[in-house]
Amino acid sequence: MAVINILQAINASLKEEMQKDDRIVVLGEDVGRLGGVFRVTDGLLKEFGENRVIDTPLSETGIIGISIGMAIYGLIPIAEIQFQDFIFTAFEEIVNHLAKMRYRSGGQFTAHVVIRTPYGGGVKGGHYHSQSGEAYFAHTAGLKVVIPSTPYDAKGLLKAAIRDQDPVIFMEPKKIYRAIKEEVPDDDYIVPLGKSRIVKEGYDVSIYSYGAMVHVALEAAELASREGYNVEIIDLRTLIPLDIQTIINSVKKTGRAIILHEAPKTLGFGAEISALISEKAIEYLKAPIIRVTGFDTPFPYTLENLYMPNAQRVLKAIKHVMSY
Amino acid sequence: MVLRVMSISGIDIDRAIKTFQILKPDGTYDQELEPKLTSNELKHLYKTMLTVRILDKKMLILQRQGRIGFYITSEGEEAAYVGSAYALGPDDWIFPAYREPGAALIRGATLKELIAQVYGNAADVNKGRQMPNHWGFKRINYVTPGSPVGTQIPMATGFAIAAKLRNDKRVVLTYFGDGASSTSEFHTGMNFAGVFKAPVVFLCRNNQYAISLPVSRQTASITIAIKAIAYGFQGIRIDGNDILASYAITKEAIEKARKGEGPTLIEAVTYRLGAHSTSDDPTKYRTHEEVETMRRYDPLKRFRIYLESKGIWSEDDENETAKKIEDEINIIINEMEQTPPPDPRTLFEDVYAEMPWNLKEQMELLLDELKEKEKEIQEVK
Ligand SMILES: Cc1ncc(C[n+]2csc(CCOP(=O)(O)OP(=O)(O)O)c2C)c(N)n1
Repeated sequence: MAVINILQAINASLKEEMQKDDRIVVLGEDVGRLGGVFRVTDGLLKEFGENRVIDTPLSETGIIGISIGMAIYGLIPIAEIQFQDFIFTAFEEIVNHLAKMRYRSGGQFTAHVVIRTPYGGGVKGGHYHSQSGEAYFAHTAGLKVVIPSTPYDAKGLLKAAIRDQDPVIFMEPKKIYRAIKEEVPDDDYIVPLGKSRIVKEGYDVSIYSYGAMVHVALEAAELASREGYNVEIIDLRTLIPLDIQTIINSVKKTGRAIILHEAPKTLGFGAEISALISEKAIEYLKAPIIRVTGFDTPFPYTLENLYMPNAQRVLKAIKHVMSY
Repeated sequence: MVLRVMSISGIDIDRAIKTFQILKPDGTYDQELEPKLTSNELKHLYKTMLTVRILDKKMLILQRQGRIGFYITSEGEEAAYVGSAYALGPDDWIFPAYREPGAALIRGATLKELIAQVYGNAADVNKGRQMPNHWGFKRINYVTPGSPVGTQIPMATGFAIAAKLRNDKRVVLTYFGDGASSTSEFHTGMNFAGVFKAPVVFLCRNNQYAISLPVSRQTASITIAIKAIAYGFQGIRIDGNDILASYAITKEAIEKARKGEGPTLIEAVTYRLGAHSTSDDPTKYRTHEEVETMRRYDPLKRFRIYLESKGIWSEDDENETAKKIEDEINIIINEMEQTPPPDPRTLFEDVYAEMPWNLKEQMELLLDELKEKEKEIQEVK
């Protein structure tokens, strides 16, 4: 087992899956010769050749539209959208066509495409290189939304996404592409979609999070423990399908729920978690459900560290629900 | 510094500007260009055009009577799609829009399948998921379209690129209107096709209107066909009311694509004789005179004169065939009106390969609701 980061884990996952299944093609801007602007697809062109690792023209609409056609043909396209912020010109192709091919044809045609896309802030990327768009996709029936927070998960979840039969938006938290390292098996394993991870067990309060924010939750839990609070952290891993059982079990145990994500608060995925807890477990609640999120503003440049949720903010929320 | 100039060798700009025709409006034709089709083939093409003409009339009446919700006719455009679809080989694929029912018939869809989709009932293979005219049949390589205009264009290109990557000789034909040529999907699809030399044929039915807007509101380009040249491949403008031209030019484009020589854009110049759809009132934006003038170019009339001049079609054939088609459609309509809507469960199926818990929960909710209703009805009885 090697100690690797998230970038390397995704690269390994792509490579191993491509070796196993020659229907898989990787396509996107700069994914071939350059190996991707973040180097996620490094070395793939050399190993698999131009017919499987395809540098495309600069058109997100085109990349997704082409991928849908390839998938109808029977290939498994893994499309890279260089930054999630540029996905919106392809929104039509994703929301109206990729997501609905199976449904609109009565199950006759399917479009199993994996869209890999780095997302999120904390890299001094400004508005157009930092957004978290998961709610747009989670709101669309027919799409699966997967967000890893560790190298182990990144490799295993991507494999699961590639082997899944539905279109998947695989969101890569670019802030922690290199920052988080751990031992990852060299051999094959998957992390199934629809199963969240209990990052840390606790009994006072449950924090639900995903992506880079899982690590902020850990920091906050550490601070809270110094004040005597025992925090449970759940990494959702996949927003769709959502592991409702783990969410409910945790809140039944702790009676307190905090949801942490960096996307804006209003109609963010946290609203969904909060609503589900209210619907299914309100009788267990000892305090209001709190969302710690990015602000309802466009993502800023200079002040991004003020925008992004931090451990202090989470700690404050913990204290609030503990003293309610 | 050496500037690289992209070659346009092999591209004939004239073909993208002038309008190619074999069969003239008076039914006379250019013998040298006449494609080699047997009498049976010619009759098959004509019967298919006639079938759609009759189907359209019937569906229009049903809509006016409130028996179906909506319909889109393609009167006047039959030659453009019947001729072109017939040029495909059996393994080739079509990514259609919503105005080419005859292309589906040519591929082997049945009238019953077409009408079932219009009713969106339990017999519809698409499970009543979309409005009428969104036909799709995997059995005949005919991909279910969506409503947003132009969106099938990059998909068709993607399919063609995949076929090319696989060394598979299949060719893809995609249909769209002149309005679609304004969408970003058209441009990106054409661009990808040019860059990857994809085996795809783009067929634009330039029927002069996108709902109320004339083609001059879609483009300032002298023709639509010429746009292909900017993407590095041949555009060909044809008389879209001439089924022989539609067949011959599409066949040429398909053969070229099959040989690995890349895409072609065909602009079939035609006219939408009817309204855009049953929700449209064309008198608001065009004159009666214009439509009557364009009727003179009716693709069916023209083709019929040609067949009659060859002695393979007659007044009797016409009446007999029309009657047979009408009877068949009437029988199907009758059957469709007795066919129940799709099972309520299908509302929740095919969203994902496997139904997730939230959809199961919602399905149970609906089924309970329906059970209660059923109980109420029983009690009243
Ligand atoms: C993206 C999009 N915008 C608007 C519409 C509404 N609409 C439906 S058909 C149509 C006109 C299409 O014209 P054209 O592409 O020329 O095809 P035609 O209907 O003439 O066959 C419009 C505006 C739509 N379906 N999709």
